[in-house]
Amino acid sequence: MFRVVASRMIVPNVHLLTLEAPAVAREAKPGQFVILRACEEGERIPLSLSDWDAEMGTVTVIFLNIGFTTNQLAALEEGKTIPTVVGPLGNATRIEKYGTVLCLGGCYGIGSIFPIARALKAAGNRVFTLLEARSAYLFYWEERFEAISERVIHITRDGTRGYRGHIDRLPEVVKDLGVPIDRIIINGCTFLLKRGSDASRPLGISTWVSLNPIMIDGTGMCGVCRVTVGDATRFACVHGPDFDGHQVNWEELLHRRKAYMVEEEVPFRTSRCNDHGCKA
Amino acid sequence: MAKTQKKTLDLVRREMPKQPPEVRRHNFQEVALGYSPELAVEEARRCLQCPKPACVSGCPVEINIPAFIDAIARRDFGQGIRILKEKNCLPAICGRVCPQEDQCEIKCVLTRKGAPVAIGRLERFLADWEAEQGEPELPPIAPPTGKKIAVVGGGPAGLTVAGDLIQLGHQVTIFEALHKMGGVLIYGIPEFRLPKAIVAREVDYLRRLGVKLVTNFVVGKTRTIDSLLEEFDAVFIGAGAGLPWFMSIPGENLNGVYSANEYLTRINLMKGFLFPNYHTPIKRHKRVAVIGGGNVAMDCARSALRLGAEVRIIYRRSRQEMPARLEEIENAEEEGVIFEYLTLPIRYHGDENGWVKEMVCVRMKLGEPDASGRRRPIPIEGSETVFPVDAVIVAIGNSPNPLIPSTTTGLEVGKRGNIVADEETGKTTKERVWAGGDVTTGAATVILAMGAGRKAARSIHQYLTSH
Repeated sequence: MFRVVASRMIVPNVHLLTLEAPAVAREAKPGQFVILRACEEGERIPLSLSDWDAEMGTVTVIFLNIGFTTNQLAALEEGKTIPTVVGPLGNATRIEKYGTVLCLGGCYGIGSIFPIARALKAAGNRVFTLLEARSAYLFYWEERFEAISERVIHITRDGTRGYRGHIDRLPEVVKDLGVPIDRIIINGCTFLLKRGSDASRPLGISTWVSLNPIMIDGTGMCGVCRVTVGDATRFACVHGPDFDGHQVNWEELLHRRKAYMVEEEVPFRTSRCNDHGCKA
Repeated sequence: MAKTQKKTLDLVRREMPKQPPEVRRHNFQEVALGYSPELAVEEARRCLQCPKPACVSGCPVEINIPAFIDAIARRDFGQGIRILKEKNCLPAICGRVCPQEDQCEIKCVLTRKGAPVAIGRLERFLADWEAEQGEPELPPIAPPTGKKIAVVGGGPAGLTVAGDLIQLGHQVTIFEALHKMGGVLIYGIPEFRLPKAIVAREVDYLRRLGVKLVTNFVVGKTRTIDSLLEEFDAVFIGAGAGLPWFMSIPGENLNGVYSANEYLTRINLMKGFLFPNYHTPIKRHKRVAVIGGGNVAMDCARSALRLGAEVRIIYRRSRQEMPARLEEIENAEEEGVIFEYLTLPIRYHGDENGWVKEMVCVRMKLGEPDASGRRRPIPIEGSETVFPVDAVIVAIGNSPNPLIPSTTTGLEVGKRGNIVADEETGKTTKERVWAGGDVTTGAATVILAMGAGRKAARSIHQYLTSH
């Protein structure tokens, strides 16, 4: 069993969970993920690592409370335990000295791109951070990004902070920065990854995204996480989760992400999993 | 124990009672119900107790078959189970899923008369009888050697290695990637063929013997083999088959197209058939096509049927060439699975939401035998046929998982990515590392994995006691 060390909502509907998982913490690297189960009857869901502490033996995930399992996880209190935290899974984001890197995060991806940005900085890159949200009140961890970035830039749908609009304005942001960008790395929902990749394509900047398809085992066995990248079918869990955003078949991935939309709400109405506050 | 007196040949192989097809196709409970003691004794008495038993040579773990059958005939079931367990620590499982018709039973002298002794059913009978007696007695354990072994993967190979080595006095830890021990016995083989309570019982037996069980631990990710070797004197890799194969035909990534692994894992490990009480969903499809002709294809087809679908098995050769066990093919036929032989899918069409809705196939004819000795299927021109489907399950095998080879130094892998291991000892090219089961051979059977585990355990023991 894995003990909850910290559990809180950091901005509306976005939750932070720190769990005792020493074996995972010891090996964790930026860009990797864990698979969790919230209770014995629970499904297995992948969540990106947002932080870890090898000495304390803890890992931290940040997630949007959007479905049945994330709802269970969000309701966990400190001291409670969950039956599965397994990882670190997937390949680490490739950290090299690229020159100037733009790290783009939205929603839970603001959390998971932080360790990537930190490692890029440590590897000698100039790091610019671009954070995206519907409104200014949804940003978090800004002081962390300030500490490692040349600049932190914002885009909000409602214009309450930084650029107004969606990530489609990326070319403008890059132009305003006035420095050549060697690489863009995006973490966040599939929609952000797609539109960010679409927006960077005309700029000719190499753009890497961390994909988040449905997974079960997370070790290559089930193949539900397959994505088309270029001409090839790849398994996000063992070949990814990072891929060239300009090569991903986004339409297919968006369809595959939605495969269980209908079923997602069923357990909300019928579950009897008493331990986790999900007694509907 | 060989008897010399002549007896009249009894050529009536006792059938094992089963749930009737029209009942069982609606539930996930076990199909075959097992022998009663009376039936078991009758069947056991058919054994001729050959002085040179050929059946034993057909068993990958060399069970003393005539001896345990003789014990049943004498109604000494306790003695029978002890004889079985000398060589096989998982008899309840092997009695159910071993292909006895190709191993021990094919060697039975009565096979020539068309009625081999039902060795597998008798094995199962003894194991089930033992379970009914309460907690099984533990075998004697050798004095501690102080040696530590890490077993990677809690499937049939790993469980066998662990069971053998713990009895020899070594300390054994099994590391399992999933949240439950058992490997393919848990995620792959369905409840109606191998009840999960039986697997849990066998795993618990190992725990009582003192094997340390660690779940949620992916060797190659959570910790490397090289790191394990710093703490353990030897490592056995029984990580199983890995990435599922697809056919690389258009439309294969549509929603509703599954690998057999995904479909079976959702049902068996995650208990999707009990959704929403268990939280992993499984769709209740209407028209399902299962691609392939092996045991896994039969398991998928019969699972989909139980979830309410009309199910077709799509196989490119004829019934004669199907690799699945005859018993499983017959079970599937009885339950109402439709077989489309000499048929090959060439593409899938989807609807506007990305769900598969049609499967286009070509019909095949059989040509000359190929390298496998089976007649090569050749497409018949102009034979394209369209089947309306809302799900396709691809059950054509797996390639080895790359996680361990890609993170371990000095471990040689073959062309297909399988770990290279000596057939007799399981020794790999890396010092103090052994391997066995599907990770070395590609997808095979439970008993072959156990056989490999047994040989590796012997070799590991030999190494540890001489170093």
